[in-house]
Amino acid sequence: MSSPTSRRGYGVKAAPYTFLLPATILFALFFALPIGYAVWLSFRKVHVSGLGLGSGARQEVWAGFENYRAAFQDSELLHGALRVLGYGCIVVPVMLGLALLFALMLDSEKVRLAPFTRLAIFLPYAIPGVVAALLWGFLYLPDVSPFYFVLDRLGLPQPDLLDGGPLYLALSNIAVWGGTGFNMIVIYTSLRSIPAEVYEAARLDGATPLQIALRIKIPMVAPSLVLTFFFSIIATLQVFNEPTTLKPLTNSVNTTWSPLMKVYQDAFGRNDMYSAAAEATLIAVVTLLLSFGFLRASNRRDKRAVSQGGAR
Amino acid sequence: MPHTKRRRLVTTAVAVSLGATALAACGSGDDSKAESGPVSLTYWTWTPGMDKVVDLWNKGPGKKEQITVTVKKQASGDTLVTKILTAHKAKKAPDLVQAEYQALPTLVSNDALADVSEDVDGVKEKFAEGVWQQTTLGTDAVYAVPQDIGPMMFYYREDLFKRYGLKVPTTWEQFAETARQLKKKAPDKDLTTFSANDSGLFAGLAQQAGAKWWTTSGDKWKVGIDDAATRKVAEFWGGLVKEGVIDNQPMYTPSWNKALNTGKQIAWVSAVWAPGTLNTAAPDTKGKWAMAPLPQWSAEQDVTGSWGGSSTAVTTDSAHKEAAAKFAVWLNTDHDALNALAKEGGIYPASTSAQLSGAFSNPPAYFSNQPDFYTKAAGIAKTTAPASWGPNVNVAYTSFKDAFGAAAKDKSDFAAALRKMQDDTVADMKKQGFGVSR
Repeated sequence: MSSPTSRRGYGVKAAPYTFLLPATILFALFFALPIGYAVWLSFRKVHVSGLGLGSGARQEVWAGFENYRAAFQDSELLHGALRVLGYGCIVVPVMLGLALLFALMLDSEKVRLAPFTRLAIFLPYAIPGVVAALLWGFLYLPDVSPFYFVLDRLGLPQPDLLDGGPLYLALSNIAVWGGTGFNMIVIYTSLRSIPAEVYEAARLDGATPLQIALRIKIPMVAPSLVLTFFFSIIATLQVFNEPTTLKPLTNSVNTTWSPLMKVYQDAFGRNDMYSAAAEATLIAVVTLLLSFGFLRASNRRDKRAVSQGGAR
Repeated sequence: MPHTKRRRLVTTAVAVSLGATALAACGSGDDSKAESGPVSLTYWTWTPGMDKVVDLWNKGPGKKEQITVTVKKQASGDTLVTKILTAHKAKKAPDLVQAEYQALPTLVSNDALADVSEDVDGVKEKFAEGVWQQTTLGTDAVYAVPQDIGPMMFYYREDLFKRYGLKVPTTWEQFAETARQLKKKAPDKDLTTFSANDSGLFAGLAQQAGAKWWTTSGDKWKVGIDDAATRKVAEFWGGLVKEGVIDNQPMYTPSWNKALNTGKQIAWVSAVWAPGTLNTAAPDTKGKWAMAPLPQWSAEQDVTGSWGGSSTAVTTDSAHKEAAAKFAVWLNTDHDALNALAKEGGIYPASTSAQLSGAFSNPPAYFSNQPDFYTKAAGIAKTTAPASWGPNVNVAYTSFKDAFGAAAKDKSDFAAALRKMQDDTVADMKKQGFGVSR
């Protein structure tokens, strides 16, 4: 039997761990374990002997870094990454630019029908990505698209949107259409939280609405711009729905158009979970590096701005 | 274990010999005791209306035998193969699965399918030799019971052929000539399109030309995707695309539907199941199409390929293999079952006796203008060339879509695309460790 004092001491020491336990278990079960398993799989491979027939012919063996080496040397994965880079260079600036513009316009005093407009711009975000891609895909197909019908009637040139360079525009358009609303709401919400005194002071100083927008509003919503940029980079690196949905409509999108499509193809088309796990891990690492690199860079800028401000 | 038994070389159809597997599977077959008490089975299939067909079983023969089957509707083709393999890894595959013929070697080589040869006595005679061979992979084992087949045929707009004074081509040379004539008479129309989004079509065409994509000798595979026969097919279609006399856009798109429905494309190389597809794609042209045998490579030949078709297989994970095999046999040989399958699922049965009875005594509604549709079809089905599938058909198929998609788009060299398909397939097999000879 232990004395009451020592028991109390033990209980106090254990308390934080007891409180941490549920979160730790959930984290381990639903986060660390699956990721750990994926990483484990990425170091394995199946080895087939001979004709590969019969019950013992397929064996899972240790592969070391072989899958990673293959992923690094895979030109398709690299090309996919480059394609996504090109796509991202269109999507991110256009989408965030429009989102900021719409947010500023909605926040201006002269706006009418603000609630309706806000909803209308936001609405595409509520449409599932696959549905949006299908919808636009049909509009891009010359034989069934009303746009092409009108262009044809007016005698204007009819570009093939599902080929070459225009394909990037076509894909970006779907993402911009779907994503602008969400980013606009994020920026708009932070615009609304700017205290009215700030504007009042600016107006007393003789600032025009444009100056207020450029000199006050945009700097003050910079954190949410950083946030939306961060989200957009991740979403761009993970692009999958749009090209996958457009794939059956055109010869220009192949099965490994984006890195994630390559992962999917390896896992479920080639039934090679091991290579797919290695590629997925690689993509996750690159995504982490890029997004945190960006966050750190923007933090450093903020700090510098603060210190400069202080010096002045 | 696969090294313990030398395999004999099967030169005909699927040149796969599964000596070791057959042996192992026979061993497990011996201890399957007579089952007693009610049994319930799960069946993964994508055939529409299969639940209604299975109801016939559950209320009829199944009730007597105390075997209840539950249908779990699945996505078709390759997606299901992956799903079966994943479930099999966890030893939880369903009792019965639907599998396309070209997927059987993959499934067998993953040890997912059980040998049911002991439970299918006398069933073999009900199917054409070439069809049955695909389910045995050329061994003494039987890995599936054939369900439906897709012998390939040539479909064309009878009225428009007449209007443009075109003759139905009987050789591929005439086919090319027909395409050129049409282009001359109506430049905005195309005879057909070369579509790179369904590899089964190309595989069937190559099969007709005599291609053998996978064969074995000793314990090595030989991949013959880039063989002379397939190259002939690839160069033929590549030539037509380059010449601009046929379209190069994929099938099954809204554009394609419209092209068929408005007579912009006036022919389609397809299979026996085409009436169903045409009915959805081109509803306005009902009764204006006709079916003819596939054009031949030489006038004296009479052979076709197959595009599609599937079988019912019992998995190694099933605890009631005998009962499952009993159901598979009933489903694919029983008169009422096949009739219901044809009616509800729109399948063309592999069972030769069913090809001319019941649902198939009248032409499909879409082809009411061709009363002998199914008599003709049964005749064509008899001329189907044997198929030879290997353990990574999925890789070859994906490579086809990407390489030929790009080649069709650029109107570039199809032979180069074929080489890419061959190289990808061989590289994948080597990477996995298969013995491959060049």
